[in-house]
Amino acid sequence: MKADGSLGQRTRRPPVLLVVLGSIGLAMFVVPFVGLLARVPWSDLPAVLASDVVTDALRLSMVTSLMATAIAVVVGIPLAWMMARLDFRGRPLVRGLVTLPLVLPPVVGGAALLFALGRRGLVGESLEQATGLLLPFSTWGVVVANTFVAMPFLVITVEGALRNLDQRYEGAAASLGASRWTVLRRVTLPMIGPSLVAGLVLTWARAFGEFGATITFAGNLQGRTQTLPLAVFVALESDRDTAVALSLVMVVVSLAVLVGLRERWWKAL
Amino acid sequence: MNSAARLLVATFVLGAVTACSGSSVEGELLVSAAASLTDAFAGMESAFEDANPDFDVVLNLGSSSALREQILEGAPADVFASANSSNMDQVAEAGEISGEAKIFATNSLQIAVPTGNPAEVTSLEDFAREELLIGLCAEDVPCGDLGRQALAKAGVIPSIDTNEPDVRALLTKIEAGELDAGITYVTDVLSASGSVEGLEIPAEMNIVAEYPIATLAGAPNPDAAVVWVEFVLSEKGQAILTSYGFRSP
Repeated sequence: MKADGSLGQRTRRPPVLLVVLGSIGLAMFVVPFVGLLARVPWSDLPAVLASDVVTDALRLSMVTSLMATAIAVVVGIPLAWMMARLDFRGRPLVRGLVTLPLVLPPVVGGAALLFALGRRGLVGESLEQATGLLLPFSTWGVVVANTFVAMPFLVITVEGALRNLDQRYEGAAASLGASRWTVLRRVTLPMIGPSLVAGLVLTWARAFGEFGATITFAGNLQGRTQTLPLAVFVALESDRDTAVALSLVMVVVSLAVLVGLRERWWKAL
Repeated sequence: MNSAARLLVATFVLGAVTACSGSSVEGELLVSAAASLTDAFAGMESAFEDANPDFDVVLNLGSSSALREQILEGAPADVFASANSSNMDQVAEAGEISGEAKIFATNSLQIAVPTGNPAEVTSLEDFAREELLIGLCAEDVPCGDLGRQALAKAGVIPSIDTNEPDVRALLTKIEAGELDAGITYVTDVLSASGSVEGLEIPAEMNIVAEYPIATLAGAPNPDAAVVWVEFVLSEKGQAILTSYGFRSP
């Protein structure tokens, strides 16, 4: 775009059309939340929020989304490292597969999980025979569904950061006698730190809001598999006040995390 | 404005124009129907479109309670076919239907188990067995409400593992063999025959579900709505419903 030297000067006055269109875009994010806020039963809010449906769902959502993030750290970061640093055939395919859950409707992901990890599934059947662990309709099933849908955010961000990292820094540290562990701890991690944290936040936020894969794979039972999004969905048809209160909880928690972390790490994206 | 921005604007405007012309198709009929009517109304749709080639029937399927909420929130629909009266009544009380709701079909409950009945379920009593994976429809969905009524009549406190959002979601998990048993309609078991087996629930515990249909006050296409309801109530419409396991009221 910069080839035509005159372009830079013309943008001094803000182009009205773009500002108008941009504002329409902004309104698409703002209006739904205003609509939600208008429905909040403020006077009954404390009682509604204290009900066991809400507290069970909030606790379950917190536990499962944090566990999914932890699992993503343990297996997702090594995967990101493999994709960034190992030269192997089929790497584009691997990257495609990792990105797939971002594009797929979560319901499809949930169905795929059911066919693979259900008790009649490809892996699930032997898993149950070997360990007695049955994933569908269990809290572990929610964690697995959350991880499946959310982990790509961590893998993709960390992989990008590792690829952009100038490996000469690591090489220099190693040549000065640093062990692999020291290089990782003192050079690699600090340099990809901001991306890592951004990836973690995105992963957690995606897991916290997961709906489709969870209800398809893990079902819906209060206290066991009914996370906040599921509770909202069910309550919408029975108890509007609870549904709106639950939605408010989700908006507040998500917004608090995203805004709170923004100042320190978000810029990395 | 640089060329990328121009392209963006052009795409946007083009998209908006296409979207507008797309929504002005004439003779579109929006039918919001209970999930348990999925197959029967699909059959009804092709018969109706054969008879009325100018109409394009669009089925919006979901749990009756979800459809009720959509209508009450102002989502456009011409016809509402509910799996129970309470959802229809709420829509009627809100002044959202035009004319009277009419019962057009009845349905009854069955226990659905995966083919081969691996958990050897025989009656509603088995729904109390904790070692089994038991699914019901969510409490506010008609099949969930009726299923719970049947269990209450049988004096069984079920050990539920999941409350599915609609009867089709429940059926899918039974078909996949992930649930040992659930309560669905006779018609659902029929539609999934081969992958699901139905066990009769004795008449004294069974609940007959009555399906009301009505044209909606906010119908974008009120004339077509009336024609559709007449078709559903007609001999031909009733024959189609019967072929899917429903009964005439």
